[in-house]
Amino acid sequence: MRLSRFAVLFAILASSLAALAPMTGAQGTTLTIYSGRNEELVGPIIDQFEKDTGINVEVRYDNTTTLALALVEEGKNTPADIFFAQDAGALGLLEKNNLLLELPSYILESVEPRFHSQDGFWVGITGRARVVTYNTDNVSPEALPESLLGFADPTWKGRIGFAPTNASFHAHLTALRVELGDEAMQAFVQALVDNEAVPYEGNSAAVAAVAAGEVDVALVNHYYMFGLLKENPDAPLANYYFPGDDVGNLINIAGAAILNSSDNVPLAQQFIAYMLSRTAQQYFSDSTFEYPLLIGFEADPRLVPLAEIQTPEVDLTDLDDLETTLALLDEVINQ
Amino acid sequence: MRVSYRKNLVSTEKLLLAVSIPLAVLLLFPLGYLVIRASEVDSQAAANYLLRGSTLRIIGRSLLLVFSVSLTACLIGIPAAWLTTRTTLKGRDWWAVVLTLPLVIPSYVGAFALIGAFGPRGIFQGWLETLFGIERLPSIYGFWGAWFSVTLFSYPYVFLSVRAGLRGIDPALEEASRTLGKSALETLWRITLPQLRPFISAGVLLVALYTLSDFGAVAMMQYNVFTRAIYLQLGVNLNFAALLSLVLVVFTVLLMLFSIWMEGRGQYYTEHVHRKIRLIPLGHWQVAAQLYCIFIFGIALVGPMSVIAYWLYNGYVVQGEELHNILRPLQSSIRVAALAAGACGISAIPLVFLQVRYPRFFNQWITRSAYLGYALPGVVVALALVFVGARYFSTTLYQTLPMLIFAYVIRFLPQALGPTRASLMQVSPQIEECGLTLGKSRRKVFWGITLPLMRPGWVAGMALVFLTTLKELPLTLLLAPIGYDTLAVRIWSATAESFYARAAAPALVMVIISALSLVFVLDGDDRR
Repeated sequence: MRLSRFAVLFAILASSLAALAPMTGAQGTTLTIYSGRNEELVGPIIDQFEKDTGINVEVRYDNTTTLALALVEEGKNTPADIFFAQDAGALGLLEKNNLLLELPSYILESVEPRFHSQDGFWVGITGRARVVTYNTDNVSPEALPESLLGFADPTWKGRIGFAPTNASFHAHLTALRVELGDEAMQAFVQALVDNEAVPYEGNSAAVAAVAAGEVDVALVNHYYMFGLLKENPDAPLANYYFPGDDVGNLINIAGAAILNSSDNVPLAQQFIAYMLSRTAQQYFSDSTFEYPLLIGFEADPRLVPLAEIQTPEVDLTDLDDLETTLALLDEVINQ
Repeated sequence: MRVSYRKNLVSTEKLLLAVSIPLAVLLLFPLGYLVIRASEVDSQAAANYLLRGSTLRIIGRSLLLVFSVSLTACLIGIPAAWLTTRTTLKGRDWWAVVLTLPLVIPSYVGAFALIGAFGPRGIFQGWLETLFGIERLPSIYGFWGAWFSVTLFSYPYVFLSVRAGLRGIDPALEEASRTLGKSALETLWRITLPQLRPFISAGVLLVALYTLSDFGAVAMMQYNVFTRAIYLQLGVNLNFAALLSLVLVVFTVLLMLFSIWMEGRGQYYTEHVHRKIRLIPLGHWQVAAQLYCIFIFGIALVGPMSVIAYWLYNGYVVQGEELHNILRPLQSSIRVAALAAGACGISAIPLVFLQVRYPRFFNQWITRSAYLGYALPGVVVALALVFVGARYFSTTLYQTLPMLIFAYVIRFLPQALGPTRASLMQVSPQIEECGLTLGKSRRKVFWGITLPLMRPGWVAGMALVFLTTLKELPLTLLLAPIGYDTLAVRIWSATAESFYARAAAPALVMVIISALSLVFVLDGDDRR
């Protein structure tokens, strides 16, 4: 009995070893993507791209930050042709490390200038607006402040949820710094802390907490609410945008770039152009509720149209100084 | 005869060193990488960073968490191990499997379930509201939540290790104590527990290092410890993240010193042939013992499993989603986990022999160096291997299965080392010498005597690696061949975007294979 158990164990091991035989990857016509965007979100449209173009695509999925770091460490030896990132900051990091290739103007010109890198190294594919998601049972929209800074008011004590470790939140604070200065940003975070704002691990958790009534409002991206409503259509949730060009109305992007070590540049350009095609933009609009960035393409009717959101005069490329933001944030939050 | 035997021993040590030193060098790759990265920070900036208030608070919190989790893991793990090996507890074999299973629940899933159940407005609060009108529970976030969840998903390291120890102890010592008129309790305290010291210390070391390296649970519970600080710092400045990781390495060494002290010096083997263990009748304590097991089982396993079952029900029955095919990720998961377990099992043997049979200072630390990879956050080890892999092996090993398995060995080898070592300590060298003097070759003695005797710990160690690899994420994501999909990757990908229904099926399958593999391992041992 004992021997046979051992035999089974070793048989499993041996058969697994057989799998170690060298993997033969197709060369040349295979496009390799590092995607910080989740497979559940972009997998279907990448499949569609393969079907429509006959190009074979391989994707490595991980967090945007981790992949950006891995790309920096890999340098010229990276197998990746394209980096598909969740936020502008990670793309900025690669741009600073001289790892990106300039995109052709026909790609850059398909989005507004505020949604691509000034030097043309990356382009936004979809837009993600910062909003306040609130619980409609506990808060009326009239009670919400006219500015993001209004949440410093003590009436919001214990009622705010936020995601202090989330990249979108950091980008938003950086925008606040660029717009109003370091002190103003730090004072705002201090006000959140004084108001006993509840920290959550990520936007989803914060929105779920709003739905459950743990907190009344959360400072998040606009589409998390729609994700939750899909699972639980009766959740008492709504999104709030600030009036005017308040600093609360930042629009960040998810975007893509081509690595300058790529030997598949034409295919890579074709891929990015495809992601900005009507087919792909419609797909993102329907399934992720993000803003399509292709000029002239309408967003989902449930969203406030992009043109109606007045964003503060902040250049997305200025959002790369995360170090200062995090240092300031750390002084306040981490006590 | 004696002379030639001594000569034999020396050459064995040399042989072991010849295998172990290169292995240890390979295992220290991540450390080298961290030193390279951290040395780019100038020393003044480094000192400022390390000595500022928030860094010190992170250190304090990490130590508090490590201490409290280790303590509670013992309080849960040791009694449970004793009940399932030494008493007439009904359903011992079933409890042995079930109480190990919380180990396979990924901590991000587990913590999510705990928040759902015990959060300020969770299920538990719902009950209390209907019964007593309580509208809100005190916040689970912070220390309490982190302590609670990390304990629940790591105590099985102590449980498994101590079980292996209890099965290996010669019952003659305990029987002698009882015949000399000592009570069962006194025997447990004076004879059994001291004999278990290497096993407890091996288990606690694994729990402590797990606590240092876990990210999912502390992140979910918003408790700012090392890993969370390192993750945050990674996105900002890699060099500072490396610096923080080096501090973690220092703590790992300190924890190992503590574990050496805890283990003490002693002989853990006897010269007899072991007899069958006589089980202690529980009598009317049976009910209490059952309730104890049910309580742990309820919180650590039924809770998270119910959440998974709810996701499954809500997704597929209520919302009519299609079931995704998870056969391929299932195969991939089993393949890498089995390979990692095998590779760790094989690597553990020379290292453990060197440490136990030739316990010189140098030899001891060769083996202990393997523990460093285990305390580092997975993503740090992954980036270290990306650095080395892309630079020197970009056209050969980089992003292939062998390199992935190597990465798992760096990360999880200590799980195999701890129990294997403790089991070897129970094997008397005199028995081996007997074999040698009777003219058997060293190889025959190893296969015929030593290996069978040390098997419980060795197999338990490999089982631990298997289970942990199943849920591993950061290494798999960065280093697996591109497109390689495991169950853990499926669960991560779905939960990260709140598609809980899609996470449910792979999570459930993962728990089921883990249970099956545990039945295989634990059942095999109990029939000896």
